[in-house]
Amino acid sequence: MKATRRAALRGAAAAGLATLAMPWIARAAAGSVVVIGAGFGGATAARYLKAASPALDVTLIERETSILTCPFSNGVIAGYNTMADITRSLDGVRAAGVRIVAGEAMAVDTAARSVRLADGTQLTYDRLVVSPGIELNHEALPGYSAAAAEILPHAWKAGPQTLLLRSQLEAMPDGGTFIVVAPANPFRCPPGPYERVSLVASYFKARKPKSKILVLDAKDAFSKQGLFQAAWESEFPGMITWISAKDGGKVEKVDAQARTVTSGFGTEKGDVINVIPPQRAGAIAVAAGLTAENGWCPVDPITFASTKAQNVHVVGDSSVAGAMPKSGSSANAQAKVAAAAIIANLEGRPPAMPALFNICYSLVNPNYGISVADVYQATPDKGIVPTPNAGGVSVARPTGQNERTLEALYAVAWYRNISADTWG
Amino acid sequence: MRGTLITIAGGALLLASPAVAQPAGPTGRAMAQTCYVCHGPAGRSAPPIPIIARVPADILRTRMIEFKTEQRPSTVMARIAKGYSDEQITAISDYLGSLK
Repeated sequence: MKATRRAALRGAAAAGLATLAMPWIARAAAGSVVVIGAGFGGATAARYLKAASPALDVTLIERETSILTCPFSNGVIAGYNTMADITRSLDGVRAAGVRIVAGEAMAVDTAARSVRLADGTQLTYDRLVVSPGIELNHEALPGYSAAAAEILPHAWKAGPQTLLLRSQLEAMPDGGTFIVVAPANPFRCPPGPYERVSLVASYFKARKPKSKILVLDAKDAFSKQGLFQAAWESEFPGMITWISAKDGGKVEKVDAQARTVTSGFGTEKGDVINVIPPQRAGAIAVAAGLTAENGWCPVDPITFASTKAQNVHVVGDSSVAGAMPKSGSSANAQAKVAAAAIIANLEGRPPAMPALFNICYSLVNPNYGISVADVYQATPDKGIVPTPNAGGVSVARPTGQNERTLEALYAVAWYRNISADTWG
Repeated sequence: MRGTLITIAGGALLLASPAVAQPAGPTGRAMAQTCYVCHGPAGRSAPPIPIIARVPADILRTRMIEFKTEQRPSTVMARIAKGYSDEQITAISDYLGSLK
């Protein structure tokens, strides 16, 4: 088949007939795309779909009236940022010509290509993009629950939990102990727990310098570990203790009333305890039958099309994207890939190869930034892998150009720019 | 539809074959769009991250090659530029340089 095709093309090219710029029968992408979730993944997908193909009818389903971002929510917890700083309006998405439907997607019928909302509304689609973020798996940690989270906050979804943890830290006496329970991989924002520890340490250093931070980790290694630990030593000497899983750091149970956590390390009492529980794909992804046994959504690495259902793409934290971390930057990049693949498919073209990139800035304090960045390649056999001999973390030792200060400034500018790219 | 020959009026042949219809890697446009996560939509960045909109392609290309070869200091751009071949850098620069 292939040989025949190529031979035919060579013949045609020799005859000067196949030199058109668009060697396919072009037809404008028309039809309807429904997007679930207006976070970094969903809002980017909706806006890029509409911008690239204005004839598309693009509907974005979101249960909140505005978005609270996890990026910079650690700044709120440490008192450096306000909730207003992390609140993103959906007006720019609406202005781009996307129809926003307020509501919660409860079920997807992938055979009938329809989404049912909590209020009973049915929305039909030609293509569906699912970007619901994470669901916290409270029950995976004995003693933890949604109720326990009102005493031992997770603050892993920005919102009331962010403010609850902030108020507990404000009320904590100087000399108190703040315990952070960090989860095993994979989870949303791999450097996030350690940025949180850093920024809270920065707050303690200024206001409650006798306080201690204990990190009990279900892992033996973490994102930007060398950079974080060097910063903890130089900026907050003696304040932070990190216990790896192999040293007994994996927390087996928590007791909200007693404010204790139990690990191989023993039972520890904390004045404030932040429990970041295990996670899984957003509930709608499970309801739609898009998840594998591990709780996450397998996708084609070229298009982010679900391998579980036709005409459905999954982007962002819910998807299994090989080496890419679960981050706002990843979701933004994946959404562009899915949008381009959907448009190509509706136009009758094969998908192009995806361009995938991620960057995660973390702040140790408001003037001390570090980063990890990678360019990725998608391969049909190995999935998504980092491009060799590139990427990685910030320099181990800053030079005369003050990388830490610059990257703190870039972190803030990154937030403004990704917000503009995502929500307009 | 994919990979099939289509005959149109006049007898010209159009082909929807990935091997012919597109390069092996991502398009310049697709790669450029990943820049926007830090450099803002269409490269119109908030300071102090540099604006990459309305910059001539040859200047963008030269900068990227300088980052890649560490002739120009950077915090993160060397790590990023090393992830692209010189041809990909040209494709990214050409796309960004073509934006109005």
